[in-house]
Amino acid sequence: MDTTATGTAHGHEHAHEHDHAHHEELGFLRKWVFSLDHKVIGIQYAITGLLFLLFGFTLMMVMRFQLAYPGHPIPLIGPWLGDANAPNGVMLPEFYNQLGAMHGTIMVFLGVVPLAVGGFGNFVMPLQIGAPDMAFPKLNMMSYWVYFCGGVTMFASFFIQGGAAQSGWTSYPPLSVVVATNGQVYWLVGMIFLITSSLLGSVNFIVTIVQLRAKGLSYMRLPFFVWAQLVTSFLLLLAFPPLEAAGVLQLMDRVAGTSFFLPSGLVISGKPLTVAGGGNPLLWQHLFWFLAHPEVYVLILPAMGIVGEVIANNTRKPLWGYKALVYAVIFLGFMSFIVWAHHMFMTGMGTTISAFFQTTTMIISIPSVIVLTAMLLSLWGASIRFTTPMLFALAFLPMFGIGGLTGLPLGLAPSDIHLHDTYYVIGHFHYVVAPGTIFALFAGVYYWFPKATGRMMNETLGKIHFWGSIVAINFVFMPMFIQGLGGMNRRMYDGGMQYAHNAGLLKWNIVIGVAAWALGLFQLPFIVNFFGSMKWGKLVDRNPWQATTLEWSAPSPPGHGNFVVEPVVYRGPYEYSVPGAPSDFTPSFEPERS
Amino acid sequence: MEIPYTVEPRPDSGLANGKLGIWLFLASEVMLFGALFSTYILLRVGAVEWPHGELSVKLGAINTFILIASSVTMVVAWAKLKMNEFSKGRLYIIVTAVLALVFLVNKYFEYADHFSRGEGPWHSTFLAIYFTLTGLHGLHILGGIVVMAYLAGPGAGLWKKNPDQFTNRVEYTGLYWHFVDLVWIFLFPVLYLL
Repeated sequence: MDTTATGTAHGHEHAHEHDHAHHEELGFLRKWVFSLDHKVIGIQYAITGLLFLLFGFTLMMVMRFQLAYPGHPIPLIGPWLGDANAPNGVMLPEFYNQLGAMHGTIMVFLGVVPLAVGGFGNFVMPLQIGAPDMAFPKLNMMSYWVYFCGGVTMFASFFIQGGAAQSGWTSYPPLSVVVATNGQVYWLVGMIFLITSSLLGSVNFIVTIVQLRAKGLSYMRLPFFVWAQLVTSFLLLLAFPPLEAAGVLQLMDRVAGTSFFLPSGLVISGKPLTVAGGGNPLLWQHLFWFLAHPEVYVLILPAMGIVGEVIANNTRKPLWGYKALVYAVIFLGFMSFIVWAHHMFMTGMGTTISAFFQTTTMIISIPSVIVLTAMLLSLWGASIRFTTPMLFALAFLPMFGIGGLTGLPLGLAPSDIHLHDTYYVIGHFHYVVAPGTIFALFAGVYYWFPKATGRMMNETLGKIHFWGSIVAINFVFMPMFIQGLGGMNRRMYDGGMQYAHNAGLLKWNIVIGVAAWALGLFQLPFIVNFFGSMKWGKLVDRNPWQATTLEWSAPSPPGHGNFVVEPVVYRGPYEYSVPGAPSDFTPSFEPERS
Repeated sequence: MEIPYTVEPRPDSGLANGKLGIWLFLASEVMLFGALFSTYILLRVGAVEWPHGELSVKLGAINTFILIASSVTMVVAWAKLKMNEFSKGRLYIIVTAVLALVFLVNKYFEYADHFSRGEGPWHSTFLAIYFTLTGLHGLHILGGIVVMAYLAGPGAGLWKKNPDQFTNRVEYTGLYWHFVDLVWIFLFPVLYLL
């Protein structure tokens, strides 16, 4: 036994030296492509996510042209779309459906989640808890590459015969099963990749937060962003597997001829379908929304976390009601598992079930309101620094507020019967996710960019980006409430021209289109700023924002292993403007002065 | 800085990283199979008639015993390693993997019987859910065999460098294996007997 023990110790030391020798000479491939470093993986996630956001937004800009000017040839890119999609540059309905389905899928699963969780979670969270890396670095690398494979599969589906999936991002059967092209199979396989990636990632995140917190960093001293990531990881861990199951079942329906989601006696285009039958289309909706409602909170919680960090830093005050915020997001996480069927009031589930889900939906609005209120009260009496990240974080509050409040009429079955499947719904959830979450993500990019690169982003370009985006994006989504209240249906490739009640509403499509293209234009300063600042941005030291959380005690950019000396935490995360302190920020990593 | 608590437990959580990781993974697996069992219930409740006696209870029962036996050998493997008897521990890992393989061979005969009669998953809702559930379970068995083959083969070198870490890996594999076994314990009555 003794010999083994010594042998082990030796082996360890040896391996250690070996490791160290290698750190210096990692090749390009190991350092930037197949990296095990959480910071590099985070940046890989973030850049891939940003590219997919741009791609998903481009799809929408093309769709918006079709809606604004139905039947006109699409300028610039029309000739490139191919005769199968847009003969003479005029978009076919099938192609519009592909763009719609893929816009939703890409924005949610390939854009926002990878950026918010994979990108910010990976890069910032281990730094904020004082960890040298994630708990399982190899698993971390694998999560990214599995996500990448999912992205490639989704992207490739545009180029196959018949094109990409056409049944909306929700892929409701029977349509998604009986539609002839194979885009849906690609969609399902892609989703299975993405879900697997999220599962591996969430296990890694939870273990890292529980196991690798620095000395002195108790749970109630965790930065709010870390709490948000912890709850998000639990949602991903427990809500995604049912969609994986549903994906497998739908894949069986498509490739093995089963009929899990196909009822008996289904007639398509006047012909009875020759399948065994006995399936249930509602089953898919239940399994899908059991994931997809928690998914909404997967999208919003990291955003809330980022906004909390940025607000505390730029108000130079502690976050108001830190404990209330923490309990609110935990409660939010629990409740998000029992609200899913409020997406299904129109399916004839029965009034008893509807009543249950209306009640839980009203209850879940309470913690959201607590979060928003606490953030708003944090601003009270502060001398606010209006930096670019702060502008985006401030804009998040009213934008998410509009998104949340317009959700209430949708959560109540009587008003939902009128509003469901109209542009009102589109306006509602886009206010939550686009000027809500994506603005918060921009705040995060501007805020942590100096930590990742050692350089600041340009403030002037940042402010052009902000003001342009906030004005344009409201012209995109506000008119949708008007259209939706007027009864205009979503998913119509010509906007629904044939319906008389839409006559007065179609003009808004031109306003929305122009605003969407303007929004696209105002992303250019961001792209220039992002890449330009990597090279020419102002060089900064460790703590350019004079912040208090742990990530600012590491070098900018942090090296392998993150911290030069082992970090120790002495106090809560947001000790700003402490009376009697020598400066207006007292970092959590600074020892007490005796 | 090295990543802490890869082998020894963290005092305040009482767990090593890997153990917490495998339990979280199993939690997500519960949700995966939970969704599929819910599907089974929903489809069966909504069905006009549900077939009985389509499966061979004998083969199913044999497989149940094989899996339970493999769970026992898995624990013994871990216990032997804890007692510092590497070669015996390794032997029991191999026995577990072989039992798992026998399970799959048995399953193959069951599948082949159905297909030879032209009754694949497309035949009925019952066979659809049967093939999906047992197929996914079979994939989990296959995954277990791959991990055990790694532990008994190329991964066994870790014993010399760090026996505790190796023993832990066997323990985590065991936790996973018991879960896979447990899923079958539910699958057998649900599909073969009820």
